[in-house]
Amino acid sequence: MKKTFPILGIFTALLLSYALHLALVVAPTEQTMGDVQRIFYYHVPSAWTAFILFTINFVASIVYLANRKQAADVVALVCAEVGVVFCTIVLVTGPIWARPVWGIWWTWDMRLTSTLVLWLIYVSYLILRRFSSGGQTPLLAATLSVFGALCVPFVYFSIWFFRTQHPQPVIGGGGSIDPRMMHVLLINWLAFSCFAFLVCWSRYRLEKLQRELDEAHALQSLSAPRSAR
Amino acid sequence: MPAPTGITRATLAKDLRLEWRSKDAINSMLFFSLLVVVVFSFSFDPNAEESRQIAGGLIWVAFLFAAVVALNQTWAREIRNQVLDAYRVSPAPANSLFLAKAIGNFIFVSVLEALMTPLFIVFYQLRALGPAWQLPIVAALGTWALVVNGTFFAAMSLRTRSREIMLPLLLFPISIPALLAMVQATTAILTGENNARVWIALLLSYDLVFTSACLLLFETVLNAE
Repeated sequence: MKKTFPILGIFTALLLSYALHLALVVAPTEQTMGDVQRIFYYHVPSAWTAFILFTINFVASIVYLANRKQAADVVALVCAEVGVVFCTIVLVTGPIWARPVWGIWWTWDMRLTSTLVLWLIYVSYLILRRFSSGGQTPLLAATLSVFGALCVPFVYFSIWFFRTQHPQPVIGGGGSIDPRMMHVLLINWLAFSCFAFLVCWSRYRLEKLQRELDEAHALQSLSAPRSAR
Repeated sequence: MPAPTGITRATLAKDLRLEWRSKDAINSMLFFSLLVVVVFSFSFDPNAEESRQIAGGLIWVAFLFAAVVALNQTWAREIRNQVLDAYRVSPAPANSLFLAKAIGNFIFVSVLEALMTPLFIVFYQLRALGPAWQLPIVAALGTWALVVNGTFFAAMSLRTRSREIMLPLLLFPISIPALLAMVQATTAILTGENNARVWIALLLSYDLVFTSACLLLFETVLNAE
């Protein structure tokens, strides 16, 4: 385990630089949008990664509600935190791309709005974790995560009725894409997923250590109440 | 032990009697939404045609913020004198308590809506161009969507620091789809341009899904320690 982490770190760094090279140099320039379109290789993989992390958060929350194991709670927390970061990247790169291409920074279309609402839901999840005190935090957070996940289909259906300006999804949406671009996109996605996994893993270890430390402090102050003060 | 419906009825009757004698929630909600009506009319200054377009949004934003007042005091009352702890150790089913609280809040917010709607009509010169009989259905479904989640999240935010701030932070993001449906349905009915059926169906399914989720998880949240 101690060796796997640095090896994975080096692998991720290499993969990320290769993906950067592919995205900026190798990938063909898009005909109408020009070089601006290259932000696509960050925008879309971040979105996919964020959605996967939110899904893991939901599954981990269900597992926690079923068996009350601390590990499941830590996984849920970590995935929500890193997922919010990737979702923020999506929401920041989106307008940067939209401004030169659509002429506007933001539009209340279906995909943008639903991503924003998803971001809001998971930020409120993190706020709840920050504000609730004591041992019931994991339980409350897991409950909120279930509510958030239940809300996702409603978010999509309710925003469905607005005309969409965003391009159809690349996979399974009937949109067409150059196979070379697709290749670059997938490599970038792989690199981003590795990176997200790496961050989650180190955050997981950190959170575990923090909890052990807190427990040790609590035990110490119980056994020697005067000296601890 | 009395039947679950009996417990629901007793708790509901107690809450209604308390509210009838103090009128705390309803007075503050009424005054609050009155302020919203006045402030909005200053900031938009609409004519009859424009107000038809924006009234749906105004009405529901006013009711949403006012509902938070009632929702926040739902459980605060039970914390004093450790009533909630007594409830926890009693064998009464948690869901009976939850339903009583949710129905109580539904009644409070519905009374507020019944009193405020005439004011909205007068101040914004509203006249529905679509089928007006659908409006009460939208109001009932929308109010239930707000109060069922609101009652649940109020119970959750009891365990947090600064719980009065916590409730809207939890409730509003989850309520966005319901709020969108309420606003769109109301606007569709007022302007008569679109059909509100789709939005009503969406609200109905939202209510069903989240009522079941609340009933499934409330006992866990009530006993969280």
